[in-house]
Amino acid sequence: MPPDTSVSDPPTESAESSVAGESAVSAESAESAVSAESAAPAISARGLARTYGEVTAVDALDLTIHQGEIYGLLGPNGAGKSTTVKMLCTLLAPTGGHADVAGFDIVARPKDVRLRIGVALQDVALDPKQTGLELLRLQGQLYGLRRDEIEARLVDLRELVDIGDALDRRIETYSGGMRRRLDLAAALVHNPDVLFLDEPTTGLDPISRASVWQEVQRLNDELGMTILLTTQYLEEADELCDRVGIVDNGRLVAEGTPGELKRSIGTDVVFARIEGDAAAARAALDGVYGVVGVEGRDHELTISVEDGSSAIGPIAIALHDASVRVRDLTLRTPTLDDVFLELTGAHFDTDAVGTAATGEDRP
Amino acid sequence: MTTTNVTFDIEPRTPTPASVVRARPAGALHDVLAIAGRALRSVPRDLEAIVPPVFIAVFFFIVNIGTLENLTQNNIQGFDYTAFEMATAVLLGVTGVSRAQALVVDVQSGYFDRLLLTPVRRSAILVGHMVADVTVSSILCVPILALAFALGINFQTGALGVLMFILIAALWSLSFAGFGYAIALKTGNPAAVNSSFLLFFPFLFLTSSYVPRDQLSGWLDTVAGWNPVTYLLEGLRSLALSGWHWDDIGKAFLALLVVFLISFGLCFAALRSRVNQR
Repeated sequence: MPPDTSVSDPPTESAESSVAGESAVSAESAESAVSAESAAPAISARGLARTYGEVTAVDALDLTIHQGEIYGLLGPNGAGKSTTVKMLCTLLAPTGGHADVAGFDIVARPKDVRLRIGVALQDVALDPKQTGLELLRLQGQLYGLRRDEIEARLVDLRELVDIGDALDRRIETYSGGMRRRLDLAAALVHNPDVLFLDEPTTGLDPISRASVWQEVQRLNDELGMTILLTTQYLEEADELCDRVGIVDNGRLVAEGTPGELKRSIGTDVVFARIEGDAAAARAALDGVYGVVGVEGRDHELTISVEDGSSAIGPIAIALHDASVRVRDLTLRTPTLDDVFLELTGAHFDTDAVGTAATGEDRP
Repeated sequence: MTTTNVTFDIEPRTPTPASVVRARPAGALHDVLAIAGRALRSVPRDLEAIVPPVFIAVFFFIVNIGTLENLTQNNIQGFDYTAFEMATAVLLGVTGVSRAQALVVDVQSGYFDRLLLTPVRRSAILVGHMVADVTVSSILCVPILALAFALGINFQTGALGVLMFILIAALWSLSFAGFGYAIALKTGNPAAVNSSFLLFFPFLFLTSSYVPRDQLSGWLDTVAGWNPVTYLLEGLRSLALSGWHWDDIGKAFLALLVVFLISFGLCFAALRSRVNQR
């Protein structure tokens, strides 16, 4: 029998709920991580960096993810989310910094890391010539599971994969959704301590996306699995994650619970669609009662306020007095997109975000 | 944006004893056999990779006998052209047979990354494929040898000689496959892997493929003297035509070793490069 390699106690590191960038938010502890903070973190990165020649994909990333936590890396395409995941799961060597996953250094002890992680990358990676069962059995073999253990896991995973007799068919006959489910099952064959999901719902319809969310939640609730997921869907991060790290241009610009992040830009948001240049209209809101911050782009103003119902009147008057013609004025609670806008001065790249994720129009 | 439909079973479940299953390191042999098993399962599902080489080997075997048998046998006393040509036919059949093309598909599809994410030894990924290659090459020798026996070949070294013949042919196939794996891992490009077939021509045609070496003249004889396949063919032919001539067999193994060291040096360097750049 192969030697038992149950996870040894990893070195303890201080668990910090850090916030980077100028728009730092308060560092309250994540609700689900309160008890876990005293334990060693499941993932810890300090100054993690990856460059490709002149291009910096990940820039001195600091990250602490507690055991049993669902942590979301949120950012637009090209922000550095996938590169971060590939480094943490030992697929890509960092060019700077240091990281431990499941208590082991990703560079010095990659094999120990691999024994304890499961990974479903953004692009489903399966062998189309194998059947689903063959693929899962091979995964089990590569993780050193005995035959009886593999068969037992297949019983569990059949429920997860939920594709009936198709498991006996070659993967080349599977639909995209079936492949994604099988890919996730392959990442779970060995009951990993830490699960990496790189944009797990990209390309899925809203119903399927909700199903994935529930499965991720179940893995966390029932098995206590630590899950790091990357997403470009705001609602996904909001719905699933205990804490969210917002990544922009390879840097972690903010981190906290979704609630903390949203509260960091004020209680409410007044959204104004105007005629003329938004940047010029910003000046009109200087010193207006209740206004915490203003971001403008094209013909849109996103105004952070402490109390929306009190502030909306003065805002309308100030814009009118400055001869800014207002087409729409909407009061709403902040979203993570507002947080991102506040932190980076830009919305997410929108083609795959927002509407696709939530089924609702974004401003 | 393309969407696909996914439905998960989200019924609450109680973790079963299987849920406490934990990953553990497996032995090197276990890793190799797991990878080899997958590669061998894929072979019958990928027949287009092995049928053409056998067809080409059998085709040229028959055509060359029809073309050159009388010419050679009438000019060289006691010469058995069918036995002579059998070695060439077998090498035509097994040279270039490998899972390198499948490996490059793995690289492109991302499945290679999935393998790298597991604790499997990196070298086992390569060696596992090669174990499958040796198995397939050995099996491919069988129909060609069967045809040779049907044409009246009589192995001077008997059944053991046949096994030695198959072993040398399979090891040659493996040694040559190293070039394909090197290109597959270095480039990740199927077209580049196909181009490794170009090596096939100098190896198999700038040598005594069709007539005995003493019938070659000028530059071709000189080049054949440097071509390891010349010694491979002589070793194989000695098993069929003249018995256990260890001098010829030893030279065949030496030639194999030279090609093996070069091609495996290249392919393991390519593996390191692919893994390290990550």
